[in-house]
Amino acid sequence: MAGGEVAAVTLRGVSKTYRPPQKRPYLAITDIDLDIPTGRFVSVVGPSGCGKSTLLSLVSGLLPPTTGEVTLNGTPVREVRTDLGFIFQRDALLPWRTVRENVALPLRFRGRSDRARVEEWITRVGLAPFADNYPHELSGGMRKRAQLAQSLVADPAVLLMDEPFSALDVQTRNLMENELLTLWGASGKTVLFITHDLEEAIALSDEIVVMTAGPGRIKARYTVDLPRPRNVTEIRFSPAFATIYEHAWNDLRDEVERSYQRSLQRS
Amino acid sequence: MTVTETPAVLPLTRRTWFVRLLQALVIVSFVGGWELLGRAGVLDPFFYSRPSLFVLRIAEWFSEGIAERSIWNDMRVTLMETILGFTIGTLLGVGIGYAFARNRLLGQAFDPLFSMFNAIPRLVLAPVFILAFGIDLASKVALGVTLVFFIVFFATFTAVRDVDQTLVDNVRILGARRRDVTFQVLLPAAFSAILASLRTSAGFAFAGAVVAEYIGSNVGLGRRIARAAAAPRASPRRRPRAAPRSRPPRPRSRLRSPRGRP
Ligand SMILES: Nc1ncnc2c1ncn2[C@@H]1O[C@H](COP(=O)(O)OP(=O)(O)OP(=O)(O)O)[C@@H](O)[C@H]1O
Ligand SMILES: [Mg+2]
Repeated sequence: MAGGEVAAVTLRGVSKTYRPPQKRPYLAITDIDLDIPTGRFVSVVGPSGCGKSTLLSLVSGLLPPTTGEVTLNGTPVREVRTDLGFIFQRDALLPWRTVRENVALPLRFRGRSDRARVEEWITRVGLAPFADNYPHELSGGMRKRAQLAQSLVADPAVLLMDEPFSALDVQTRNLMENELLTLWGASGKTVLFITHDLEEAIALSDEIVVMTAGPGRIKARYTVDLPRPRNVTEIRFSPAFATIYEHAWNDLRDEVERSYQRSLQRS
Repeated sequence: MTVTETPAVLPLTRRTWFVRLLQALVIVSFVGGWELLGRAGVLDPFFYSRPSLFVLRIAEWFSEGIAERSIWNDMRVTLMETILGFTIGTLLGVGIGYAFARNRLLGQAFDPLFSMFNAIPRLVLAPVFILAFGIDLASKVALGVTLVFFIVFFATFTAVRDVDQTLVDNVRILGARRRDVTFQVLLPAAFSAILASLRTSAGFAFAGAVVAEYIGSNVGLGRRIARAAAAPRASPRRRPRAAPRSRPPRPRSRLRSPRGRP
């Protein structure tokens, strides 16, 4: 996981202003300069509404930046990119398709049909007995697993995850975090992981990026030098974890406070 | 498990049977009450027929064979008009509704015009369509199309516009082309809303055909209703048997003044 290789994702002087019709323009993020080296697991934490989801929309090309330039896998992002995986904050499986059909979608869109590969991924995320179920017949954790398989089946080099586990209960969440680390382990994939949970960020990542309250800027970056493979439940008890947590929390707390004060003023 | 499930299932079916029974009872007492009031002379026989009489009359119609003036032919023509109006109106409604939902500018540009047309009670357009498209099939289909179109159009438009954007974003990143977004996400997501609108609009296609026939036509169920209303043979005071038809039937149109020349 040594750095030095080319960056999988770069953002240079990036900002995004939303211009909703009949409302005032809103500057969501600004002055973002960020390099994410290939193969790293990087988490972004910040208070609610600071522009974390916006950041991922810009990297994936779903939205164009207002200023600055985004590159992914060495090429500038100009339209929606299909050479990445994206796990959305909200469930995004097609409700009228079974798990198997949902997982097969990316291959189908590319005109390929690789049954064995689909089955392999369904098994890898532990959904083999539920392959013929529809999304509403699954638990929340199972739906996230299905989305993970769907996003990884076409083997993208970069995976974007927007608070993927925030809707799950604590036990399921820890299980999923460990499974994610296992899947990612030797894959060499770059992960950009969004969360508002600092503990989750530290437990999973090589590096964490703390953002300011909106308009979101990068406030601080921390390298997490904890040994791998990790067990997310146990690593929280290590002294090194506590040190990083303390530092990062000092930064984050101010921003959460600021964001909260602002929301009081607005209402 | 089965022991606890049985009582949950049994009352349900019993209830269903009970509801069926009540439904039958309501219908029987309505029809029976009508018949009794008619026979007792409470309902003026000049205005109100009785079930026993019009059932016979309808049976008579059905036994007249399948000639050109028969009820079978009327049904065939009306059904044809209904199916054509329904199909064309649905295709136009889904197609244009989808296009407007996908292209915001198009939707905004046409919004006032469509709202204007939608405000017109479309049945009053029937005479206009008969003038424009003639007394035959085309005018009946045209009325059906306008009725069906607006229902399906608005249903499709709102359903497609309200599809969860996350689903669309997700498949685009998974590699969906525009065509895939349409057929894998937007139309399936809007499917149940469109289907619900089709159930309503099928009835309207039929109503459109019958009303247009009633106002001006040579054939069809609407024409039959208009004729029966002009010569109420189901009433007992009138001729009890069908008169032999010697004259060739004239095209009947309410557009012409019924009391002689305008
Ligand atoms: N389409 C939009 N139009 C206008 N404003 C928007 C739009 N999307 C987001 N915003 C605003 O931009 C800001 C950042 O939104 P974003 O969704 O990126 O926040 P977030 O950090 O992901 O928040 P959360 O942690 O609650 O998911 C918010 O204040 C939001 O109100
Ligand atoms: Mg978000």
